[in-house]
Amino acid sequence: MINRKPLKIAIASGKGGTGKTTLSTNLAAYIAEQQEVVLVDLDVEEPNSGLFFNGELIHEEPNLKMIPQWDESKCTLCGICRKVCNFHAVIQLGPTIVVFPQLCHSCYACSELCPENALPMIPKSTGTLKDFRSGNLHFIESRMDVGEEQAVPAISKTKNYAAGKYGNANFTIYDSPPGTSCPVIEAVKDVDFVILITEPTPFGLHDLRLAVETVRALKKPFGVVINRYGIGNDEVIEYCTEEDIPILAKIANSRKIAGLYSSGKLIYNEVPEVKTALQEILDHCLKMMEGEHK
Amino acid sequence: MKIAFTSSGTTWESIIDPRFGRTEYIVMYDEESQELSVVDNSSVKNEAHGAGTATSQRIFELQPDVLITGNGPGDNASAALKHIKMKILVNAHDLTLRQAYEQYKNGELKEQ
Repeated sequence: MINRKPLKIAIASGKGGTGKTTLSTNLAAYIAEQQEVVLVDLDVEEPNSGLFFNGELIHEEPNLKMIPQWDESKCTLCGICRKVCNFHAVIQLGPTIVVFPQLCHSCYACSELCPENALPMIPKSTGTLKDFRSGNLHFIESRMDVGEEQAVPAISKTKNYAAGKYGNANFTIYDSPPGTSCPVIEAVKDVDFVILITEPTPFGLHDLRLAVETVRALKKPFGVVINRYGIGNDEVIEYCTEEDIPILAKIANSRKIAGLYSSGKLIYNEVPEVKTALQEILDHCLKMMEGEHK
Repeated sequence: MKIAFTSSGTTWESIIDPRFGRTEYIVMYDEESQELSVVDNSSVKNEAHGAGTATSQRIFELQPDVLITGNGPGDNASAALKHIKMKILVNAHDLTLRQAYEQYKNGELKEQ
């Protein structure tokens, strides 16, 4: 493999259940046959890439966020804290200040503006980050605790961990959350290339359009992979042609693939067409990147 | 007794708003004076975050003895409302305020 800048790819989709994890895990494992690769599961609300690897746990740490803690002995009940909180995470009920950690965005306003220092910030765990190794593959995931609402800080922290520890690896692949909202933006905003995976159905096309608008707004180079090819209709292909979007590969709809996935197995060694598709995707990413950097 | 309703309108004939945090109005009925008063909750309704706790703060300031609502407050709002000694009656959606009040008087509304 030629020497070049490390490549960061996000695998995303508008619609859920179109094959982000299937493609992420198989592409990562395929690359790992030859060289070092980092797979980061950024779907922190429901990470599942880890189901496909039996890695050795290298490191584990809590994901912390800072929240205010009320010190009753210092508080004069002036009410500034609740007035400055944009998220209503701090409210005043008579003689009591109540903090709602899950609503808190760690902006420090209440803490900094409290004249009596009665709301010092303390760390609170919101989930766990895990780092596994399996041969050439580094697998990193974060998992939010039940009841936590904010995926973005966990995603940001997980990316930073991966970049800090394995930033020199030739390939980093992000398995993104579904949709087009803040967590997806956070997952996609600093990558070199985005693979949008979709299914060739009206529903798939509808959400693909939203995903395309999103990555275009972020000015990211991207291409489309059509999964479950053969179902639905030709509208996704027509749309990509009209919009001049490269179709990187098509993965046929197959009961065998669904069966392997459902039993937690990688697919490309059992289904040769998938291996071909992975190589096509990889070639395309590398070619596009070379073009970008020339 | 002071009774608070989450309401989609401002009169006895308005329908109960099933939402707690994002209710359109909080309507208060004072049984002693037999007067109805209205708090416009639209500023909270359009908040992106923390509508439940913000409305709880308002309810606290109004100090009702009973709250009549629809779906019932969510987890954060429930935690906040525990600080208030108040009976919370739920599942009153689809009723007008008057019907809900009658059902409350007859003990037909479910306590959360």
